[in-house]
Amino acid sequence: MQILIYGTINSISLALFAIGFAMVYGVSRLPNFAHGALYVLSGFITWSFLNAVGMNYLLSIVLSMLATGIIGALIYQFVLIRVRGMEISEIMASYALGLAILEGLRWRGFRGMTYTLPSFIEGSTEIAGVSVDYQRLLVVGIGAAVVALLWLFTHYTRIGLALRGMAQDERAAMMLGIDSDRMAVVAMGFGSMLAALAAVVLLPLGNIVVEAGYNVLILAIAVCIVGGLGSWVGAVLAAFLIGFAQILTVVYLGAHYQMVVALLAIILTLILKPSGLFGQQKELEERV
Amino acid sequence: MTVSNGQRRKERIDRGIKVRTEGIYALSSLRELSYLSVPRLVLIIGMLSLPFAMPSIYWQRVITITCIYALLALSFDFLAHYVGLVCLGGAFFVGTGGYLAAIANTTFGLPPWVTVPLAAVVGGSLCTLLLMPCLPLRGVYFAIVSLMYPLLLARVIEALDILGGTDGIMGIDSFPNRWVEQYFLIGILLLLTFGVRRLVNTDLGLVLRGVKDNDQAIRASGMSVTFYKSIAVFIAAVIGCLSGAYLVHIYMWSGISQFALDFSILPIAATVIGGGGTLVGPVLGCLLLVPISELLRDFGTLRIVFYALILVAFIIFRSEGLMVYGQRKYHQFERWTEV
Repeated sequence: MQILIYGTINSISLALFAIGFAMVYGVSRLPNFAHGALYVLSGFITWSFLNAVGMNYLLSIVLSMLATGIIGALIYQFVLIRVRGMEISEIMASYALGLAILEGLRWRGFRGMTYTLPSFIEGSTEIAGVSVDYQRLLVVGIGAAVVALLWLFTHYTRIGLALRGMAQDERAAMMLGIDSDRMAVVAMGFGSMLAALAAVVLLPLGNIVVEAGYNVLILAIAVCIVGGLGSWVGAVLAAFLIGFAQILTVVYLGAHYQMVVALLAIILTLILKPSGLFGQQKELEERV
Repeated sequence: MTVSNGQRRKERIDRGIKVRTEGIYALSSLRELSYLSVPRLVLIIGMLSLPFAMPSIYWQRVITITCIYALLALSFDFLAHYVGLVCLGGAFFVGTGGYLAAIANTTFGLPPWVTVPLAAVVGGSLCTLLLMPCLPLRGVYFAIVSLMYPLLLARVIEALDILGGTDGIMGIDSFPNRWVEQYFLIGILLLLTFGVRRLVNTDLGLVLRGVKDNDQAIRASGMSVTFYKSIAVFIAAVIGCLSGAYLVHIYMWSGISQFALDFSILPIAATVIGGGGTLVGPVLGCLLLVPISELLRDFGTLRIVFYALILVAFIIFRSEGLMVYGQRKYHQFERWTEV
C-alpha cells in the first residue's frame, strides 16, 4: 500500500518535472537543457518575493511563475533562436545558460539548509493506514489538474491548437499562417512556467538546493526519452513507469539507486528503441 | 580600391603563396618553407617553453592540467567534426582511464610508465565496448546517451561502494619530478595533435569523414558504419583515458569527481572557442580557458558562470572559433567589391 501511494506521488512529481521539457521539445524540437536551472531559479524567486520583499504567498507564487515564463521566453528570443536547427549548438547553448544560472545562484550565496518554502497546508492524514501529508496530496491533485488543463488547452484554444500544429508538422503549420518563431517563444515561455509550477508545488517538501537543478534535468530527460521525445502522452505514462521503478528500488535496494534507475532507463531506451515507448519519430532520423 | 557607396560585399581570395605551398613547390624557396613551418614551429616551441615561462610551481601545475584538458578537447574535436559523433561524455574516458591506472598502480604495483599506456589501451577498449551498443544512434541521441554514461558510472560506484566508494583510491605514485611530468605530457600532446591531423588525411580519415557527411553512402559502398565508428571511438577513448590516467598520477588520487561534468564541458567550450574541426584550435582554446578559469578561482563558482557565458557568446556570435578565423586571415586576403 505504501509503495502504491508513494509511487503515485513520485510519478506525478516526475510528470510535473518533465511536462515543461516535453512541451518545448514537442513544439520546437529544442532540447531545453536549462530546464532544471529554471526550476531552481523559480524556487529562489518565490523565496525572495516571500521573504525579502515580504509578499503574500499566493501572489509571490503567481509572480514567480510569470517571471520564470518571461525569462524562458527571453532566453529563446535572444539566444536560442539564433542557433535553431543546429541540435548540438542548441544543447550546448541552453546547457551553458542553465549552468550560468545555477552557478550564479550558488555564487550569490543561495545554498545550505536555510532556504525553504512553507507548505500550502500543514498537517497530514492517513490513507489506508499510510500517513501522507497534505502537501503530497496537493502534488497529486495539482499534477492531475495540470495534465487535464494542458489537454484542454491544446485541444480547445487557438494558441494551443497552433502549438499542436507546430508539433505535428512545422511546415504545414506555417502554411496555415502560424508564426513558427512566435509560437516557439510561446512554447518556451509556457514550458518555463510549467517548470516554475513544478518548483512551487514540489519545493515545500524539502530545501531549495542548487544541485536539484541537475537532478531535475536528468529526471526530465529520462521521462521524455522513455516516453518518446515529442510525445506528451508518452511522457505522462513514462513518468509512472519510472516513478514506480524508483520507489520499488528505494524500498528493496536502497536510496542510492534512485538516480541509477533514471540513468539506466535513458541508456537502455536509447539503445533498444530510441524513439521511446510512444514516440512517432522516424527510425532513420535517429539511427543508422 | 575605393568603393563609394551602394551594395558591396567582401571578396576572399587565397594568397598566392598558399597555393604555391600546397605541392612540391613548397620547397622552392625559404619564404615558402617558412610560410608552412612558422605556424607549426610557433606552436611546438611555444608549448615546449611554457614550463619555463611560468613564475611558480603552482602555475606549472596549471600548465599540466591545461594539457590534460587539451587532450580531451582534441579527442572531442576529432569525434565531433571528423566522425560526426558528438560525445558529451569526456568524463567517461577520464574516469575509466583514471580508475584503471589507479588499480594497476596500487594493487599490482606497476610504475607510472606502465600504468599510463596500459590504462589508455585497456580503458580505450573498455569504453569502446560499453559505447558500442549506442553507436548506431545519431546526433542529439548519441549526445544525450554519452552524457549519461559518466553520471551513471559515478552513481554506481557510489551505490555499490566499490573502488573506494566516495573516498576514492589514494596513495598512487607520482612522477619522479615535475619537469618529467610536464615535458612528457607536452610531448604526448604535440605528438597526438599532429598525429590526429595526419590521421584524418589518410584513407581511414576519408572514410570517417564520409561517415559524418553521409553514412548511407558508406553503407552503400559495402563498409560497416558501426565498425568505422567504433574505430574512431577507440582512438578518441584512448586519448581520453590517457589523459585520465595521467591526471590520476598527478593528483596521486582517483575518485568519483573524475566523472564530473567539468571534464565533459570545459573541453567542449575550448573546442567552440578555439575553432572546431581544426584540431589545433581546441588545444589553443584550452590554453586560453583553463588559465583564465584559474585566475578567477578567487571568485568561487562565478568562474563557471563566466565561462558558460563566454561559451554562449561564442556559439551565437563567433561560431567558427578563433583558429578558423586565424587560418582565414593567414591564407586569404579580403577586399570590397561592388555587387
